[in-house]
Amino acid sequence: MADISADTTANNNLNAQMEPGLRPSLPPPTLETGAVGWLRHNLFSSWVNAILTVLALYILYLIIPPFLAWAVFDATWTVPPLAAGVEDHPPQFADCRANAGACWIFVEARLPQFVYGFYTAEQRWRVDIVFLILAVSIFGLLSERIKRKKELAIFFFAIFPILAFWLLYGGLGLEVVETRLWGGFMLTLILSGIGIVFSLPLGVLLALGRRSDLPVVHMLCVVMIEFVRGVPLITILFMANVMLPFFLPPGVEFNVLLRVLLGVTIFAAAYMAEVVRGGLQALPKGQYEGAMAMGLGYWQMMRLIILPQALRIAIPGIVNNFISLTQDTTLVAIVGLYDFLNIVRAGSRDTNWLGTEIEGYVFCALVYWIFCFAMSRYSMHLERKLHTGHKKR
Amino acid sequence: MTADVQGSKDASTATVTPWWRDERKRGIASQALVGLVLVGFVWFMASNMLANQERLGVPMSFRFLDSPAGFQLSFATISVTLDSPISRILLVGALNTLFASAITAVLATVLGVIIGISRLSTNFLISRLAGAYIELLRNTPLLLQLVFWYASVVAALPAVKSSLSLFNVIFLNKKGLYVPDPVFQPGAGLVLVAFIVAVVASVVLRRWASQRQAATGERFPAISVSILLLLGLPALTSLALGNPVEWDIPVLGGFNFSGGLAFQPEVVALIVGLGLNSSAFIAEIIRGGIIAVSHGQTEAALALGLKPRWTLRLVVIPQAQRIIIPPMVSQYLNVVKNSTLAGFIGYPDLFSVIGTSQNQTGRAVECITILMLFYLAVSLVISTVLNWYNKRVALVER
Repeated sequence: MADISADTTANNNLNAQMEPGLRPSLPPPTLETGAVGWLRHNLFSSWVNAILTVLALYILYLIIPPFLAWAVFDATWTVPPLAAGVEDHPPQFADCRANAGACWIFVEARLPQFVYGFYTAEQRWRVDIVFLILAVSIFGLLSERIKRKKELAIFFFAIFPILAFWLLYGGLGLEVVETRLWGGFMLTLILSGIGIVFSLPLGVLLALGRRSDLPVVHMLCVVMIEFVRGVPLITILFMANVMLPFFLPPGVEFNVLLRVLLGVTIFAAAYMAEVVRGGLQALPKGQYEGAMAMGLGYWQMMRLIILPQALRIAIPGIVNNFISLTQDTTLVAIVGLYDFLNIVRAGSRDTNWLGTEIEGYVFCALVYWIFCFAMSRYSMHLERKLHTGHKKR
Repeated sequence: MTADVQGSKDASTATVTPWWRDERKRGIASQALVGLVLVGFVWFMASNMLANQERLGVPMSFRFLDSPAGFQLSFATISVTLDSPISRILLVGALNTLFASAITAVLATVLGVIIGISRLSTNFLISRLAGAYIELLRNTPLLLQLVFWYASVVAALPAVKSSLSLFNVIFLNKKGLYVPDPVFQPGAGLVLVAFIVAVVASVVLRRWASQRQAATGERFPAISVSILLLLGLPALTSLALGNPVEWDIPVLGGFNFSGGLAFQPEVVALIVGLGLNSSAFIAEIIRGGIIAVSHGQTEAALALGLKPRWTLRLVVIPQAQRIIIPPMVSQYLNVVKNSTLAGFIGYPDLFSVIGTSQNQTGRAVECITILMLFYLAVSLVISTVLNWYNKRVALVER
């Protein structure tokens, strides 16, 4: 007891001396601020951490310098001038032999094909227009500064698909370009775009059906969702390609692209349905009861009260599904379509370009990465914007 | 809900409601319509299929399974020859799928847990490195990763003469991966029995230890004793029997390695590609699970005086486990489903074997039926087992 009181007196004295304003406050210790402080806190806070830091630096040392050397410093960026006595030839892998690094002239030479596939060269401006409208309207839909979202959405979901189909396929005054000539990045965009646009409404319907009180509808939706989710996408594409002709009357034939689109959309819709169901289940029952008490019918209740909230909750999952759908479109190679990845693969098998596989794949990965990463960042942004709960820390 | 409707209907019997205003009758009518459309659709498909099969002269029959396949597989876990019936080839394909999926799942789990925890590390470099790994692998298509690994395995690995080696027993080169092969002498079964006994004993030990701790508060080092049992019992048995399991170590001779187990580049690329890809997804699941445990739980545990290590083990992980299991179930299912991409890099999984058989026999409907049944069965088994486990660890509310 005595000790404590002595302590308190000492403290009081100290406090009197340290009264604010009596002395200028000292700067924080140099070891705690600036770059040194940051290093001490984040990299060397304990000896275990220090070892981990050194390990991480070693891993970076193993990966980054060789990669940079390969991809940048030792790479062939432009077609070298013709050596004396060598016949003039289109660019090929032999032109890269002088350098140890990547052969980027492969990507340069093949870029038009990577983008448009086998689309008729003189008609490629039509694809460019579609790309342009797509980019502008997506920017318009996502940007917060631009108003009139409703008109934009109607244009994007109702008018644009028809316009795009007319521009890409032709007819009505434009030269027809058969779908078997479609390929490359353009095909990847078409597949994922149509998959995204159709799978969401279909998925919502399936999710509502699964939660329906009507046993027949409920069972039908459960069987549909679980069956599709139980088998790999590639088997569904295979089935759409090989088995569908068996199910149709003789003579009726579907375009391959259409069959693939059907398979991709159904597959994505089943996954979408589960994400939407999660959103529906997360809503408190009071929302349903409140809507019913207001005298709203089923569809009114869903459209006005339930779905706007449930879809908002489900946004991260929905965007994740969009991302995996975009990546899954690479599987259409199994039915012989030349999407972006497949056309890059085919390009590096060209006898003039043997040995450029890795370059092609790295380029391809970069493009997919940019798109998917942008989508995931946007979904995180949305999540933050819509987040109203309490945040940890 | 139906009860409500019933009630309101009984109350208003005085005024006759038209049937389309009655929710119950309307439900029955709309369902009948859906059912009718469905039956019509299925009947249309089935009749077309039968007509088409008849027209093409290939009536539905699974007898083709007994005819010799006439094609060889580049990788097989059980013996198979050119004359083997198609059923045997399909079995090999199914086993290949399960083999690749199982190894991938183990690899991905170990790697995913490490990466997921690294992502949460307070060490800036480590967490950023893990983040870059996850973002890179999650945002590029799996097929691209597989073909990339395949191309790099073939292109970037050294020739046979200058193989990469681990302790001179495991070798990696352009032609694949060479690991020691266990050779079982008579008596090897007993070692396996010893191992099973050790597993059972450690489960019993753990249960007893936790019961005793609950009753008396005394602790028993169950984990270290179990590890000792699991390693020691088989080792002792093996010693007592005079080493019935011998290791056939690969040896470089001439142009290639002889002895040991050889895995072709396809197998290596498949397992590496699929494993790394799934590990990124598992890492995110682990991270999400740990983050989802409310920070108040950690703070309360620390306030009670638990050390950080025990906070993690006794408070955070048991709660995170419940959140982690359901997405892990679907991730394991994804591993099995994603292994169908193996065909693209020449690994004979069930899908690619079925594709070849279908090409040769023209039996599309039968082949796809087998394929779908297999994947549905695997999905069903995995999700049943893991859902059972999930129920066991789930929080019992109210």
